[in-house]
This record gives sequence, C-alpha cells and structure tokens, in this order.
Amino acid sequence: MYKKKECVAMLLAGGQGSRLYTLTEKTAKPAVPFGGKYRIIDFPMSNCINSGIDTVGVLTQYQPLVLNEYIGNGQPWDLDRLNGGVMVLPPYQGKKGADWYKGTANAIYQNLGFINRYDPDYVIILSGDHIYKMDYNAMLQSHKATGADCTIAVLEVPLSEASRFGIMVTDETGKITEFQEKPKHPTSTKASMGIYIFNRKVLEEYLIADENTPGSANDFGKNIIPNMLNDGKMMYAYPFVGYWKDVGTIDSLWEANMDLLGENPNFNIHDKNWRIFSRNYAEPPHFVGDDAVVVNSMITEGCEIDGVVENSVLANGVKVEKGAIVKDAVIMSGAVIKSGAKVIYSIIDSNTVISSGAVVGEDKATAKGIAIVGSDLTLAENLVIEAGAMVNNDYGDGVSVNEN
Amino acid sequence: MSVAGIIFSNVHDANIPELTRNRTLASVPFGCRYRLIDFALSNMVNSGISNISVITHYNYQSLMDHIGAGKDWDLARRSGGIKILPPFITSFANSVNDLYNTRLEALKSVNYSISKITDDYVVLSDCDVICNIDLNDMIKNHIDNKADITMAVKKVYLDKLAAKRNVLIDSDDNGRVTDVKVYPTSFEGYSDINLNIMVMSREYLQEIVLDAIAHDHTSFNKDVLLRNLNRSNFRVYRYDGYFACISSPEDYYKSNMDLIKDKDIRKQLFGEKNRPVLTKVRNSAPTYYSPESKIKNSMIADGCQIYGEVENCILFRGVKIGKGSVVKNSILFQDTFTGENVQLNCVIADKNVVVRDNKVLSGDETLPFYLAKGKMI
Repeated sequence: MYKKKECVAMLLAGGQGSRLYTLTEKTAKPAVPFGGKYRIIDFPMSNCINSGIDTVGVLTQYQPLVLNEYIGNGQPWDLDRLNGGVMVLPPYQGKKGADWYKGTANAIYQNLGFINRYDPDYVIILSGDHIYKMDYNAMLQSHKATGADCTIAVLEVPLSEASRFGIMVTDETGKITEFQEKPKHPTSTKASMGIYIFNRKVLEEYLIADENTPGSANDFGKNIIPNMLNDGKMMYAYPFVGYWKDVGTIDSLWEANMDLLGENPNFNIHDKNWRIFSRNYAEPPHFVGDDAVVVNSMITEGCEIDGVVENSVLANGVKVEKGAIVKDAVIMSGAVIKSGAKVIYSIIDSNTVISSGAVVGEDKATAKGIAIVGSDLTLAENLVIEAGAMVNNDYGDGVSVNEN
Repeated sequence: MSVAGIIFSNVHDANIPELTRNRTLASVPFGCRYRLIDFALSNMVNSGISNISVITHYNYQSLMDHIGAGKDWDLARRSGGIKILPPFITSFANSVNDLYNTRLEALKSVNYSISKITDDYVVLSDCDVICNIDLNDMIKNHIDNKADITMAVKKVYLDKLAAKRNVLIDSDDNGRVTDVKVYPTSFEGYSDINLNIMVMSREYLQEIVLDAIAHDHTSFNKDVLLRNLNRSNFRVYRYDGYFACISSPEDYYKSNMDLIKDKDIRKQLFGEKNRPVLTKVRNSAPTYYSPESKIKNSMIADGCQIYGEVENCILFRGVKIGKGSVVKNSILFQDTFTGENVQLNCVIADKNVVVRDNKVLSGDETLPFYLAKGKMI
C-alpha cells in the first residue's frame, strides 16, 4: 500500500556535464564532489528533506554507478523511509520497447507510474546541477496561494547575463506573461532556475501530449513550459533570493568552492538550521602538524596537513606533506601532495598523487586558466603542468594511472 | 561460528567524576568526534560481530542518544544489532531492587538476556578500551587453545600508582594464566595488564553467571578467575598496539593528547585498513580557517571555525575560536565557543561552554582546568 503524498520531488540527475571534462569522465555531474565533503546532488537532496519532502525520485542515465552507490538507500539524507524515501529511477525496458531518456520531459513521462503511486497533488521538478539552499515548501505554499497550474522559481540576474538563461516576463502579481529561451534581447531579468512545481494532473496531461507530438525535443524549457503558456495556463514566477550557482563549468565549479571561504562567505554551509547532509565514511578528524600553515581554507575529516594551504578547499583524506604548497586550489578526496610539490589555481580529482617537486598550475593573477588533474593518477617528480592544462589518463609522459 | 558482544558501559565511571556526572563512561567524548564506546563497538563490528548488548547502570541517556538505532555502526539489524540493557527494576512489593556494582553483578542482572544468546562465542569488553584490535585473531587464538576464557593483555611499565589501578596478569610460556593480581599496592615494574577484553564460549559464560547467582558471588576477578585458576584453562592474548583506558582524569587528558603527540598512535588507532573507527555522524560542514588563524599540532573535527591561534589542542565538532584568542594544550568539546582575545591553557571544556571576550584561564597538565557542560564565563 502506498500512502498519499502531497508533493513528490523528481530530481533530474542524468546530466553528463561534458564541460567539466575529466571530472565527469567516470561520474555523472550530480556526483561531482564539492565543498570538501559533499557532492553536488547533496544540495537538492538536503533541500528536499529540510523542506519536508520525503519522496524523491532520482532520474539517472549517464555513468550512474558512483551516483547510485552514493545515494544508496538514502540514509544520509533521512530518505530511507517505510513509505516514500529516495528511489533511483534509471531508464528501463518497457512492454512497448526500451528508450533512453530523450529529454527532461521524457524522463518524467517515463516515470509517471512512480509519481502516480503516491497520488500526489503536486510534483516538484529539480535538477542536480546547482549549489543552493532553498525552502521548497515556501515555494509550494506560494504555488497553492496563487492557485497556479505551474510555478517556476526565478532568480534576478544582471540584464547583461540574461541572454544565457530562460527568461520569464511577468506582470506585477508575478503571473508569467511571456517566456524567452536564451533571448538575444531580454526584456526581463527573471531567470528560470529549472525548478518547477506542477499540479500533477496538468503535468500528466502535458507530458502525454508532448510525448505524442512528433519531433518534440521532450524538454521542459523548450516544450512543456511554452506549450502551457500558449494554452493560457496559470503560471507564476516564484522569486528566489539567495545564493544559487550552476556549477556546469570548471570555472564556476572552482568559484563555487571559493564562495564557501571567508568570514562572511557568499554561501554559508555552517547553518545549523539548514544542514547539508552527505554520505560520510567515518574518517578520523583532520590533523594539522607543527610546520603547517593554513590560511583562509576549508579542511575536513581524514586530512593530514604538514605543508602550506592557502585559499583552498580540501576534501576528506587529503594529505599535504611538509614543504608542499597548495594555493587557490580545490583538492578532492584522498589526493596526496608530496613534499616540495606545488598546486596552484587548480582542481585535483580524487586519489591523485602529485609527486615531490611537481608543479601544477600557476599564480591566479597570470594564469590563463585553471589546471585540472583527473582522478587516480600519479604525476611524476618535478613534472610541470601548465596553467589551464587538463590532465587525464591520456596525458602521456610523466603521468601514470594508479593501480588499485 | 557466530559471536556476540557484551559491553559494560559504567564500570569505571568513578574514575573521571567530572565527565561522568551527566553521562556514562561509555559516552564520554574522546578524540574530537568519538565517544569512548566507539572503540569497543568498532572493534566488534569490524570483526563481524553484529549482535551486541550494552549493559547500563545509570545516566545512560547520553549513551542512548549517541547510539540511536545503531545505524552508524551498521547495527540497525532485523535480527541482532545493538541492544541497550538498562537495569531491571520491578515495582512489585517486597521485591529487592539492588543496583549492581561489579562486573559480575552486572552480568547476573542480565542473566535472562545472556541465557537467550545463541551465538557460539561471546566477547566481553569494557567501554574504555581505546585501541584497534583484531578480535577475530583473538577468537581464533581462543579456539585453537581450547581456552575457557581468553583475556587480552598488554605488557606495560607500571609505577606504584598505576599498578594500584590495574589488574595484573601473570602467565607461563604457553600463555596460560598463573596469577591474577587485583589492584596490587606495592608493585612496580613491567607486567601484563588486563585490557578488559575477554572471549569465552556462550556455554561457559552462561555457566559462570548461573554459578555466581547460586553462590552469591560478586567479583569477577576473585570469584571467577582466581577461584578457578588451577582447574580452568585461562589464557592471555597479547596485544601490542596502542591501548589506553581511563583510570583517572590525568589519564583522560593524557590519552587525548597522545593523539597529537605521535603519528604512530594515530596510525595504530585510525589507520588500520578495513578497521575504521565508526561513530555517530553529525553532518557538520568542513572546518574553516580564517586568514588570521594560526594552527599547530592539533587534531580538529569538522564544523569548527578558527579565527584565532590553536596549538596542541583537541577540538570537537562545532568549536569556534574567536579573533585574537590563543588556545593551547586544551580539549574543547562539541560547540565550545570562545570570544575574542581569550586565552586558554590546559583546559577541558565540556559541551556548549561559552568563554567570553578577554578571559584568561589556565590549568596544568597534571590538573587540567575543567569547565562543566553549558558553563558560561
């Protein structure tokens, strides 16, 4: 027996994140590590549970192994429930045939069965690509108060950047009058955050209609939203105020990590009333040795620091040996920076070893870009990786793949 | 072969009265993010033991809060898992409701639960066994030797004061126990001490408990070990990794400081492959170090915010060190808050202590200054 839920969340986590290059070679974008002990998907998942939404379908497609393992039974987010909880929803083979998820709308369409089991009044569509804290329940209350068929969360962006987003034009009550997908000449600064609340019946109707439209891209932004607007459905914008960041590129991922630093950080994850939950592996507390210098940085469990760490975010189990320098860098779990090595303005992926004397990246002021080193690699002693370079298995001389 | 575990949560409470005022010894915080029982529990869980009983006596709310359903130790099980055994007290008239005092009395009081154990072997452990021991090897040793009881021991140097707080075990070349000295008053030198981790078969345990009830025995050392020394096969199992138990407030301070004194100790406790020390997860954010922070030789949990200077310290989760503050040689429990320009030296601050701006407090390594839970200065 399934009990009725007021609102079910559907989290789109199939994104490949191709602009994160080597970081998403082996994992889906939502599973990319962030902020020391988190993965990107922790943010929407924690938002759900903190907003009282306890039924979450996670739609996976690209490289799902790490993501599936990470979500597991949902216990870290309190989503291991007798009724509801988290459910990973990969594409499947049905009676009429098997299909990959063709688009965001198609992914939800293929899982209408999951949604309908809980007989929800509302469905909230989320994406697993953003770093933010948001009370979905407040948005749901607003959706109910306006009596809308669909409510879209929007963020004020500078007019100069508006052409990168889906833009909502609204009247003074917040009712959406026009939708412009990446407009050349935007007439509003309300950018869609890709967070939608639908009345379930309306959503179902439009998904089925969309599925039966040949040539449709099966996409919320391109098809469902414009179609509903054309039909004169009640659609409202819900203004979100606060930190929100799309971490789809190397630069934005690096920036979002840096936004955690500072006395009054742009993004505060120390908020005890809105905890971000993540899967923990019970590592010992971190240790900072006699010769270490740690300045404006974030360090988490399992780390051992004997070198210099400045303006950096270190994930669990990172070792920085004596005489090593880490500056303006994001170091992911289990990486080792050997003595005398320098890592500057870089992102180092999990379990990679930077041997003694090796230099990765160069000073931010002069660098032409962020240097990235992929996971499970060993960089030879004294190897120099220039700024903006990308190092993966195929790099060649000086880079070897770690044996397990 | 299956093994059950029994943990005594209160046996040494009196050793650190300040810290056990509101909690069992088992739930005394240790090493930034742990409670003492985490070591005993992890040793068992890492050795595949998934049926564990924790015998409690009093003050066990904090312990129940820590353990919860046992999920963080993978002990939330359909069958077995973790069970807390509080004192059994009836409200019938004329019934005697004596609380137990000794280890053997504790076992007698949970006789019913012990009689229901179906596992082949039982590991009994105190809660203050700070070590990372492979119990499987010990159990194998127990079986190979056809022992009745196997006791984990470690050879250490004891001065007179330390000897008075320990149970000393003598054994012959084959590892058979020949003498048990309980808190000797005039011993000095090297000796094996009882680590209070024991293995015995389920039948043997059930037998000694029934025997103790029948004869009204009260002391495990005297009535079980010494009384049966010649006719039973009691064996020692030598453990030579890091071990600490808490027999005094100085011990407590020293064994915390051990964690930052020696890389090898950290390795022996936390670096054993496949034997992680498990604990309750609190989901704190990573620790933040500000541009003006200075930090030296310290072990720090997640969730802290460091704006001042920290040297030779153990900081638990959510500690905040204000600007201009200097904290040395101290142990600050969960959510300790220090204002600006505070100076602390050799201080143990219990949970939620607030030290206001400009305060100066200092204890000594032999007598750390203790600030009780929730105190505001």
